[in-house]
Amino acid sequence: MDEINTAISIRDVKKRFGDFIAISGMSFNIRDNEFFTLLGPSGCGKTTLLRMIAGFENTSAGEIHLYGQPLENLTPNERPVNTVFQSYALFPHMNVAKNIGFGLHMLGWSKAEIQERVEQMIKTVELHEFAHRKPAQLSGGQQQRVALARAMAPKPKVLLLDEPLSALDLKLRQQMRAELKALQKTTGITFIFVTHDQEEALTMSDRIAVMSAGEVQQIGTPTEVYEQPANRFVAEFIGKTNLIEATVTEVQNDSVVCKLVTGQTINAVTAQNHSEDSSGVSPSANIIAGAQGHISLRPEQLSITEVSSSSSGLQGTLGEAMYLGTDTQFDVNLSDNVCLTVRRQNSVENSNLPEFGEVVELSVAQGAARFLAG
Amino acid sequence: MDRYAYSKRFDVKRYPGFLLITMVCLLILYAPLLVVMVYSFNDSLSITKWGGFSLRWYVDVFTGLEAEKYKRAAWNSLSIALMAATVSTAMATAAAIGMVRGGQFKGKSLSFGLISIPIMVPEIVTAVAMLIFFSTIGLTLGYGSILIAHIVFCIPFAYLPIAARLQGIESSYEEAAQDLYANRWKTFRFVLMPILFPGMLSGFLLAFIISLDDFIITNFIKGAGVETLPTAIFGAVKQGIKPNIMALSTLMLLFSVLMVSLSYIIGRTDRSVDSKSNKD
Repeated sequence: MDEINTAISIRDVKKRFGDFIAISGMSFNIRDNEFFTLLGPSGCGKTTLLRMIAGFENTSAGEIHLYGQPLENLTPNERPVNTVFQSYALFPHMNVAKNIGFGLHMLGWSKAEIQERVEQMIKTVELHEFAHRKPAQLSGGQQQRVALARAMAPKPKVLLLDEPLSALDLKLRQQMRAELKALQKTTGITFIFVTHDQEEALTMSDRIAVMSAGEVQQIGTPTEVYEQPANRFVAEFIGKTNLIEATVTEVQNDSVVCKLVTGQTINAVTAQNHSEDSSGVSPSANIIAGAQGHISLRPEQLSITEVSSSSSGLQGTLGEAMYLGTDTQFDVNLSDNVCLTVRRQNSVENSNLPEFGEVVELSVAQGAARFLAG
Repeated sequence: MDRYAYSKRFDVKRYPGFLLITMVCLLILYAPLLVVMVYSFNDSLSITKWGGFSLRWYVDVFTGLEAEKYKRAAWNSLSIALMAATVSTAMATAAAIGMVRGGQFKGKSLSFGLISIPIMVPEIVTAVAMLIFFSTIGLTLGYGSILIAHIVFCIPFAYLPIAARLQGIESSYEEAAQDLYANRWKTFRFVLMPILFPGMLSGFLLAFIISLDDFIITNFIKGAGVETLPTAIFGAVKQGIKPNIMALSTLMLLFSVLMVSLSYIIGRTDRSVDSKSNKD
């Protein structure tokens, strides 16, 4: 990796709290000017990793480098990174302008410089009328903007965001996603964003690190982690998927033939992490015939067609349909205990649907079936 | 509505004899104080017979034969209370930060015990112990020994409201300050102290009152010739209670009530700010 393009380098970092292992060892690089998301369920270690970058926690082992400089011996106030806290942590006794200017004041900027930068930040987050209000007199969304402005005012090299949108209501959250993304683009600051919300991660990130149980499961662009999940955890955590137990019967060049637990056979591509660490490994190199695993099928990549005698595709009985506005979701029972979810966009063209209980055929989009070992 | 109606059946006010017992308790608590206050305005020399309304004993406190003695005692009391409260508040703040923000450390419960046990130790024991200690190390008894003793026994009283307040302050404020380039001192000075201030003020006022009102320990270690208001009053009472003592006591009582009310009002206005910030 080119050192100049790396903002943060995580090298064999481990973290223990007593007997509890929060991070069992991870290494990856976060690039300069990147919107990087740490995504995972609660307790996966994502916030711990963020706090280690900020300097609030020590690493138990390993090193974190910021633009080539090791951070280990620097206290939080010596690190050129700023944090947007989950609770915002706005100073209750200071007004908006004082809050935003706090970091600059601590850095020893002159009064005039501070005033100019604070006004600029207030304009950026559109809080002109509120400069003299106390945090308690602001709505949740406004508090969030102040927290952002305060963290960005000292022009940090890296901005750390710890689930900053989780306290907002849905509509505001969706609006803030776009604003955050735009802010990152215009400022060019590297963002490290922690969330448990996969939708947030997919909509905003340049790259996502999916974490679970103190380990990185996969690093990739939103498209990669969604369309080419490296393992069962990633496939299930990001979006909805159908997982069917399967056994590999034949290994081909870049795909495998699998026998499903229901008896049908299906062609599937194999999951490999395409990130830099595993490049050069041929996709199905470590999968052999007889391997057990799961086939992952995304609901929107399945479509319901009428049964044709010539096909050897998946057949099942149509179950309940659920109307979701833009989509309709169907249950298709392949066997008594294997039920697939199929999503179909509601448009004018698709009108004549098979009835409940009819036998239908499912066609799988090219390359949509993925074999996940384990 | 229903739920409230139901809970009212268990309302303590509906227990038989509630009113009577309450009245008796209040009477026992406050009747003696009331008597002292009323008789401080008595025109007669007697402390039991009412001889008409007069302010003569208040005038006597400030201008009478013993006025100079009381003035000196009052000055000692106030200056010692002010200094003892200030120093003990500073120490208690440091202790509270260590205890509440120090995470888990070996001997944490022991430390908490060491800080708070002095409240439960009989004051006479502390008084005797301090007297023995001061004479062992050869400290001259007087203003200085009173001040040292008051600082020491005020710490636990100042500690409690400060620690309680600190426990309610999220540590993310301090993290945010450090994240924004404030070192430890600046984090305390510009962020933690302003937020903690109501607790520190409560602790200060409590320590001030405790110091001002202390009699037992002060009486043991004051040495000859140095008096605080409580020891001066005790000395005067030994020669028989004169109505001017009642006037002086009433003044002290009013001062204490004022301080406690102040502390309460500060605590309350502060809470109302907190609840506002929680509305989102």
